[in-house]
Amino acid sequence: MIWLRYNAKEGIAAIALAVLFAGYIAIHPRGFSTYVITIWSNQGALLGLAAIAQFFVVLVKGIDLSVGSIIALTNVAASFLLNGSPASIAFGILAVLAVGLACGLVNGIAVVYGRVQPIVTTLATGGIFGGIALLLRPTPGGSIDATMSDALTYAVAGIPVSAIILVIVLVVLRILLRRTASGPALYAVGSSEQSAYMTGLRVNRLKLIAYGSSGFIAALAGIYVSMVTLTGDPNIAPSYTLNSIAAVVLGGVALSGGVGSPIGAVIGALILKTISSLMFFSGLPPLAQPFFEGLILAIAIALGALGVFRVHSRLELYR
Amino acid sequence: MAEGYVELKGVSKSYGGVPALTDVDFRCEPGRVHAILGENGAGKSTLMKLLAGVIQPDTGTISIGGQTVRFSSPREAAEQGTVCMFQELSLMPHLSVRDNIVLGAPRTRMGLMQRGVYREAREALDLVGARSIPLDARVSSLSLSERQLVEIAKALFRKPKLLILDEATSALTSELVEKVFGVLKMLKERGVAILFISHRMHEVDTIADRISVFRNGRHIETFDVGMRTTDEIVRLMIGRSLEELFPPRRPPVSDTAATVLDVSGVSWQSQLADVSLTARAGEIVGLGGLDAQGQQQIMHAIFGVLRGVTGRITLNGRRLNGLKPPRLKQSDIALALVPEDRKTEGLIPSMSVAQNMRLAALGRAPFGLLDLNGNIEARLHELIERLALTYGSLDDPVATLSGGNQQKVVLAKWLVLSPKCLLLMDPTRGIDLPTKAHIYRLLTELAAGGMAVLLQSTDYEELIHLCDRVYVFYRGRVAKELMGDHLSADALVAASMNVNLHAEARTG
Repeated sequence: MIWLRYNAKEGIAAIALAVLFAGYIAIHPRGFSTYVITIWSNQGALLGLAAIAQFFVVLVKGIDLSVGSIIALTNVAASFLLNGSPASIAFGILAVLAVGLACGLVNGIAVVYGRVQPIVTTLATGGIFGGIALLLRPTPGGSIDATMSDALTYAVAGIPVSAIILVIVLVVLRILLRRTASGPALYAVGSSEQSAYMTGLRVNRLKLIAYGSSGFIAALAGIYVSMVTLTGDPNIAPSYTLNSIAAVVLGGVALSGGVGSPIGAVIGALILKTISSLMFFSGLPPLAQPFFEGLILAIAIALGALGVFRVHSRLELYR
Repeated sequence: MAEGYVELKGVSKSYGGVPALTDVDFRCEPGRVHAILGENGAGKSTLMKLLAGVIQPDTGTISIGGQTVRFSSPREAAEQGTVCMFQELSLMPHLSVRDNIVLGAPRTRMGLMQRGVYREAREALDLVGARSIPLDARVSSLSLSERQLVEIAKALFRKPKLLILDEATSALTSELVEKVFGVLKMLKERGVAILFISHRMHEVDTIADRISVFRNGRHIETFDVGMRTTDEIVRLMIGRSLEELFPPRRPPVSDTAATVLDVSGVSWQSQLADVSLTARAGEIVGLGGLDAQGQQQIMHAIFGVLRGVTGRITLNGRRLNGLKPPRLKQSDIALALVPEDRKTEGLIPSMSVAQNMRLAALGRAPFGLLDLNGNIEARLHELIERLALTYGSLDDPVATLSGGNQQKVVLAKWLVLSPKCLLLMDPTRGIDLPTKAHIYRLLTELAAGGMAVLLQSTDYEELIHLCDRVYVFYRGRVAKELMGDHLSADALVAASMNVNLHAEARTG
């Protein structure tokens, strides 16, 4: 119960997701089947990972406009590296993850030591990362190991592998954020950098950890994009960036920093994905779909703000 | 004792050419509580910041345990066992109590938190008397005094060798202060060196072994407690005596004076139950009691901050129920509230002194054009004079002022609206004596001018010497109304704990 009280936003988002998902299954011509769930889960996992990447930056009071570009760059890198012998694929995965980590650290260094606003920094670096991706692969292409793709994008015993991957990532992150010293410290930095400094936390290092983690998770997303699409595409950046921001907000992550969880971010991402899938099968004319998509999004966000009515002291509204 | 645990030799520090500490020699020993006294600007905070590693001295050396040290960050100082509790609370509001306590001193094994850590955090909380605070409560849901207790628990958890308390007890009631002092005594016996800064003289008398007085950035004198009378100490600090702190008693307000504020039968949630009180023109009415017994809530209820308040609140016969702050401050009602926490509720720290002072009066400008607001400007300048505000430039961020001057800015911001009724929430918390004296004098003058003043305070002296009447709160109710000869420290304490003094006197 205490969890619900302190995580009401995640709770409400989860309920909204359940409702939307039920609606989606109800109108889908093939109904509840492993195939439908796997497609849904694969799409959700992609945006979910992007949202987790965004979460880490937002947690320390930043905003990352380069998430999509890092995903695009790592996706392109994967299209060069993820084929051949198992050893070279293993090496390729490490290399792609290193690329993502490096991109995140570049952002972090610019923000921490360059003292540039995160929104400006990542706008610039996003251009750079996306630009490199475009130079490496002007048009979509490349090859991805098909066996690996099959293994990671189908289902095992009726459960989509993408869902298993997402759950593993969430469990690992939960342990890291709850049970290690750096976890609460990251939240502290997001809440108040000054207090964190006075408490003797290594504020700069923690922010680098946050940006680095963001880049690393974005690389996971980039690799998974390659698994799903089997190509490297430099043009996927913008939709991931904007949707990842919408997803964290839907999932109860505060843009003012220090509040939220990866689970919330993923729930937010799944809501977004479900809404657009819902539209696809809704039978609405394609030109009317963006309007309804926006409307459902607005209602979902309004649900998250319902907590306002429980407030008895108006002062709380402005905290 | 021959050698000190912490020793400063010839330490000077200046900010942009303005000296904050000049050639200070200072020593404090393990196993003793050393009080630092001085008015604002005397250099106490600078001294603390030097020891805590926030700033570095320009000249001179600091040694700890016989070794010369030079800390470049609070972290390094903490690693050497120096733990500092600053006046400005350093807790993260969104994190749980447990995380706040454990932060910065995590005691991990292989990167993971050890199991015993949370038990230790619980023990630290229990020790300071915060048994009722759950470990997984969010700090943002705690009251100011609960937060101070968490802050103290956080310091304890780090097992300090040198513990610095800067106004650490300012929001605590006497009952809790005693509990905390018990903990300090225990630490003392374990050989911890404790530096204690407080503006409450009786607390210093109770807990300190030695006292050092600072004035104008210089170390004036150090002596054992009991060697000097309170009057002598005050004179060392500020060069004047305690009698001058409170203005002379005012004659009681005549019975014919009009009732300005009339609160009757007000209830809210479980925190206010059938509260009735009045304040007449020219009266200073005190609200006392232990912490969080409803004194703060009744202020918020009157100022329209709370939802779902039942009962009747009137000001000069006009019903206020349901009206919100923007309406209440209009000149036909003219109610003003000086909030408890000046950092977050009273001021916008990054805005300039001048802008902060104009904020409340913004709506008064004709057609919204600020340049036409001549009256307000003139009144502001008069208030700045009257409050003796000390500032560099009116365009400096208000955060650069000392605590006392910040409070003066909050007062000025509301007084410029010429309120008929002024609500004050602990206005002198953590403020130096001269500024206190100044605020007391101002309140007396305002009352003499016909204003009704409602003063909520944690300082008994203030309630006794300044107020005409005091309502003592207990569990959301007015437990007792004290006035005249009945308004004494004993009566206040007894009423706060809801015990009957006369009954006790008879049996005792």
